[in-house]
Amino acid sequence: MCLAIPGKVTSIEKENGLRMGLVAINGSMTRACLEYVPDIEVGQYTIVHAGFALKVIDEEEARESLEIWKGLLGE
Amino acid sequence: MKYIDEYRDAEVVRRIAERLAQATTRPWTIMEICGGQTHSILRYGLDQLLPEGISLVHGPGCPVCVTSVKTIDRAIAIASKPGTLLAAFGDMLRVPGSSGDLAAARSRGGDVRFVFSPLEALQLARENPHKEVVFLAVGFETTAPGNAMAVRQAAREGLMNFSVLVSHFLVPPAMEAILASSGNRIQGFLGAGHVCTVTGTEPYLPIARKFQTPVVVAGFEPVDLLSAILRLVQMLEEELVGVENAYGRVVEPQGNPAAAAVVREVFEVADVAWRGIGVIPASGLVLRESFREWDALRKFELGGVDTADDVRCRSGDVLAGRITPDSCDAFGRECRPEHPLGAPMVSGEGACAAYYRYRCSSAKPFSC
Amino acid sequence: MDRHCPLPLENHDTVQLAHGAGGRLADELLGKLFMPLLHNRFLARRDDQALLPAFSGKLAFTTDSYVVTPLFFPGGDIGSLSVHGTVNDLAVGGAVPRYLSAGFVLEEGFPIAELERVVRSMAAAARECGVEVVTGDTKVVGRGQCDGMFITTSGIGELRDGVDLSCSNLRPGDRIIVSGTLGDHGIALLTARHGLSFTGSALRSDSAPLHRLVAAMLDRYRGVHAMRDATRGGLSAVLNELASASAVGIVLQEDTLPVDSAVRGAAELLGIDPLEVANEGKLVAVVPQGEAEGVLEAMRTCPDGTGRNAALVGEVVQEHPGMVVMETGFGSRRIVEMPLGEQLPRIC
Repeated sequence: MCLAIPGKVTSIEKENGLRMGLVAINGSMTRACLEYVPDIEVGQYTIVHAGFALKVIDEEEARESLEIWKGLLGE
Repeated sequence: MKYIDEYRDAEVVRRIAERLAQATTRPWTIMEICGGQTHSILRYGLDQLLPEGISLVHGPGCPVCVTSVKTIDRAIAIASKPGTLLAAFGDMLRVPGSSGDLAAARSRGGDVRFVFSPLEALQLARENPHKEVVFLAVGFETTAPGNAMAVRQAAREGLMNFSVLVSHFLVPPAMEAILASSGNRIQGFLGAGHVCTVTGTEPYLPIARKFQTPVVVAGFEPVDLLSAILRLVQMLEEELVGVENAYGRVVEPQGNPAAAAVVREVFEVADVAWRGIGVIPASGLVLRESFREWDALRKFELGGVDTADDVRCRSGDVLAGRITPDSCDAFGRECRPEHPLGAPMVSGEGACAAYYRYRCSSAKPFSC
Repeated sequence: MDRHCPLPLENHDTVQLAHGAGGRLADELLGKLFMPLLHNRFLARRDDQALLPAFSGKLAFTTDSYVVTPLFFPGGDIGSLSVHGTVNDLAVGGAVPRYLSAGFVLEEGFPIAELERVVRSMAAAARECGVEVVTGDTKVVGRGQCDGMFITTSGIGELRDGVDLSCSNLRPGDRIIVSGTLGDHGIALLTARHGLSFTGSALRSDSAPLHRLVAAMLDRYRGVHAMRDATRGGLSAVLNELASASAVGIVLQEDTLPVDSAVRGAAELLGIDPLEVANEGKLVAVVPQGEAEGVLEAMRTCPDGTGRNAALVGEVVQEHPGMVVMETGFGSRRIVEMPLGEQLPRIC
């Protein structure tokens, strides 16, 4: 299950009482419900599944874990 | 693509595979429970990068595959009624019911539409006030928050021509059922990364301890999956039991409480039947009484349909990891993606379809 | 309503059943809409058939029906598509496209202004391709019996000398070339159909005529082995058909396949493989090893730009006849299956 793809929030607005956003995925725009990421701001990254943003991507954590792996390459 | 390409870096993948080979001193059988992970593994041929001793078993984490025949039959029955519009995710199109699938229902004149999001289904209800719009709400914990929001929104807007046919499953009970079954060979689990994004990792600790089976929550890209497999093998080699998180950029121990709260508001846990496996206690979700007006089961008189899985289909054994798809006699013969006998051959993530679609082994000749 | 039609049709905003019945209304539609827009000496005769001049060489003949929805999409419409598609089927056979026929099935109630828009687009596409729509037909069916409009175009072209393009010509060692980015049309249309979830998406169909590109390729090297436009089923379908017809294997290098970044993003989110969806302005060519670089260069420098992203993506092998195999960037392999059919968004 669970095809969810990361993208960047480019705008936020309300529609039918729900917080909605436009999310850019590699230049393609999708519209996602942001109710489950209430603190997300324009410019932040999230993962989108079936039209819903499920989590703000922890950029710090992502960077650190990648560096750990890249660091291993130096061994 | 940011947060995707970095995790598909061939050099990083190669190095992790090397370390994995060094770390593996004994054979291990591990299961990835999520259909999306199965898809990734086979799409990138990651199983070909694993050392000899590691056996990857594909688990029942495909909601399309485990949706009961009865639910499919009910969806078809609804679609066949005049004045209704059945909306579903595209994966559901060719899942076989007792006789035919939703594609067949559409060809007979049923109004069946495929949606990307439950919000599209809601919009169909707004745009078609004279039709009864029913959304086939299928999924695991990842999809439940979105489906719940659609129902809650329908209630808030007083959209009375919208209802849902629910087929929701929970991962932890399935894992327990697999680990508790006789003949279980699974020694470690790759946790479903997007399910855990919603539920957190905490639900898995009691299972890990009870069955002394380590769990590493994994993402979906090659680096995510291989690094999680590496950690899991390290835990197995060191006889460590616990739950670790290899998908920290979106998974936290407590998950997404806002999403979990809306799911609890709209759904409640129930015993449900998994296609090919049978009833697993407290393993699914149904609509709460307070949302009964949006429950398709109540809105439509859906009489008991004679539902029976095809006896040649061994989906239960496949989904529980007891056999590999290619061990089934019907695999590649009577059962192929274009004429599936059971659900795991339908969805691309179903273990059988994924095997068939991406089968490629340097050890075996290309044949099926 | 702002009409660009030369003469307004009497009293009708929408298509009536009578417009297809061959009487006065049908005549009016022909005379006041189709003929002024598609004007040529053949149609002007108003005969039931077009009498064409004799050809010196072999004729290529093809037909295709167009049932696309929505009728108007980013990058094209059913009208231009129906011209490009048939022109391309002729071109990839090594023929110079010359004449088209156009059959229309219209739904009762279809707006005349939209019909006019479609035909205007067809006319412009035909002019750009140097083809003429020399004969046609219109039928009207009751409301709900077709999705607005279906178009069938058949095409005739003149085969060039010295060209032998066939799906059974593949030989081990041949190189596989694609003319540009894959999946544009199919993904653009999928996002257009799920407009609610994909508002503001900048994806466009790649609908385009390929006859000039083919001419440039054949001028560079007349002995190209095979050429196909990668429409329904995408690159996967074409390569499987070629491998099967020639009883050879094909190996693709995943890292070389050109895919536009926005298309990639949308495809990932929809869970669709860009190799399995239609392209409407891309071709696949199979060229002997020694000539591949030259043909690629000719494609990339073709003035109309249709080959600017052409890429070498694989080769023909003796092993695993009939099967197409993908080599991933990780050193693993997988089989590229013939796509099953409808590509739909998935959650799994």
